[in-house]
Amino acid sequence: MGEVVVVTSGKGGVGKTTTTAALGAALAAAGDTVCVIDFDVGLRNLDLVLGAERRVVFDFINVIQGHAKLTQALIRDKRLENLWLLPASQTRDKDALTEEGVEYVINDLRSRFDWVICDSPAGIERGAALAMRHADLAVVVSNPEVSSVRDSDRIIGLLDAKTERAERGEGIPKYLLLTRYNAARASRGDMMAVEDVLEILSIPLLGIIPESEEVLKASNVGSPVTLSNPASRPAVAYAEAARRLRGEDLGEVVVPVHKNGLFGKLFGRNAA
Amino acid sequence: MSVLNLFRKRNSASAARDRLQILLAHEKTSGPASALLFTLREEILAAIAKHVDVDQTKVNVNMKREETYSIVEIDFEVPEPLPVSRLRVAS
Ligand SMILES: Nc1ncnc2c1ncn2[C@@H]1O[C@H](COP(=O)(O)OP(=O)(O)O)[C@@H](O)[C@H]1O
Ligand SMILES: [Mg+2]
Repeated sequence: MGEVVVVTSGKGGVGKTTTTAALGAALAAAGDTVCVIDFDVGLRNLDLVLGAERRVVFDFINVIQGHAKLTQALIRDKRLENLWLLPASQTRDKDALTEEGVEYVINDLRSRFDWVICDSPAGIERGAALAMRHADLAVVVSNPEVSSVRDSDRIIGLLDAKTERAERGEGIPKYLLLTRYNAARASRGDMMAVEDVLEILSIPLLGIIPESEEVLKASNVGSPVTLSNPASRPAVAYAEAARRLRGEDLGEVVVPVHKNGLFGKLFGRNAA
Repeated sequence: MSVLNLFRKRNSASAARDRLQILLAHEKTSGPASALLFTLREEILAAIAKHVDVDQTKVNVNMKREETYSIVEIDFEVPEPLPVSRLRVAS
């Protein structure tokens, strides 16, 4: 049985979709079978970030409504043969995503894949609740910034109340992924410190993804950053987070430091 | 194409522009493709089912969108030898 992961945050624009694509690709590259699901009904984006937008035929809601078989809606990645995508629907009717439908799809995918990664929509409403409902594990994506951390705190509350695992009294493992981390701003004290965010949210840290233009470039060309530039800092950080998810013991997460001194000043700016 | 365009081609921003132009053109003109594809698949299958047994679970519909057209491939297995085992419908 595969592991169902929800990538969630409350706030929009913090990096959930980027993270879903990057972690999915990193896990698939490591040899696991992975299906990423776009839960953002009406605003699908994961297909674009993965470069599969021109190949979408059927979507999540077609499957739920019985208009297409699940296997027909899954799109196989062109680069990684064990990475698959279930695209969101572009319909405006958000209620088309039903509880029973989601449960059926997740259970089916769980039996076929090592990892099922659910890319949550923003907010704390129905869509976000459905995306987390059947998760075995949550990756809470947050930026080191007050409103993002506050929303993450609310999402953690929801995870502890509304997921199946929580309702069964098992509790759900939650990991923090701090993204868009800017070491230069942190060193100036203009950004919340990692330890402060950790203290407020008090969940274990899965990784810290630096703010980087490589992420933007990757989404321009439709490739997860771990594939488009595997040596870049965000890609290395995502690959490490994926290894932690796979159960590797990599010790404590290292907080990126701002390079001071002449070398840092000369080259630090260009380092992706 | 101007020299500027040649230059632009190489960066990722122009890749983003090209991809979005194709995607949005399709979304504006044809709406979601799935309704058409669903009908096509059902009708093609019904036509074939008149002559041969087709395993409905082994039907695959693939799609590739280009700037001014789409290629739709419908693949299915037929249990016995048949002259045509693959249909290609351009829409
Ligand atoms: N580490 C990062 N560095 C720079 N930009 C990033 C990073 N992570 C995400 N972004 C950018 O932030 C924007 C929102 O990211 P996205 O993954 O779509 O967020 P969400 O799914 O949470 O709404 C996108 O433009 C994305 O390219
Ligand atoms: Mg998103």
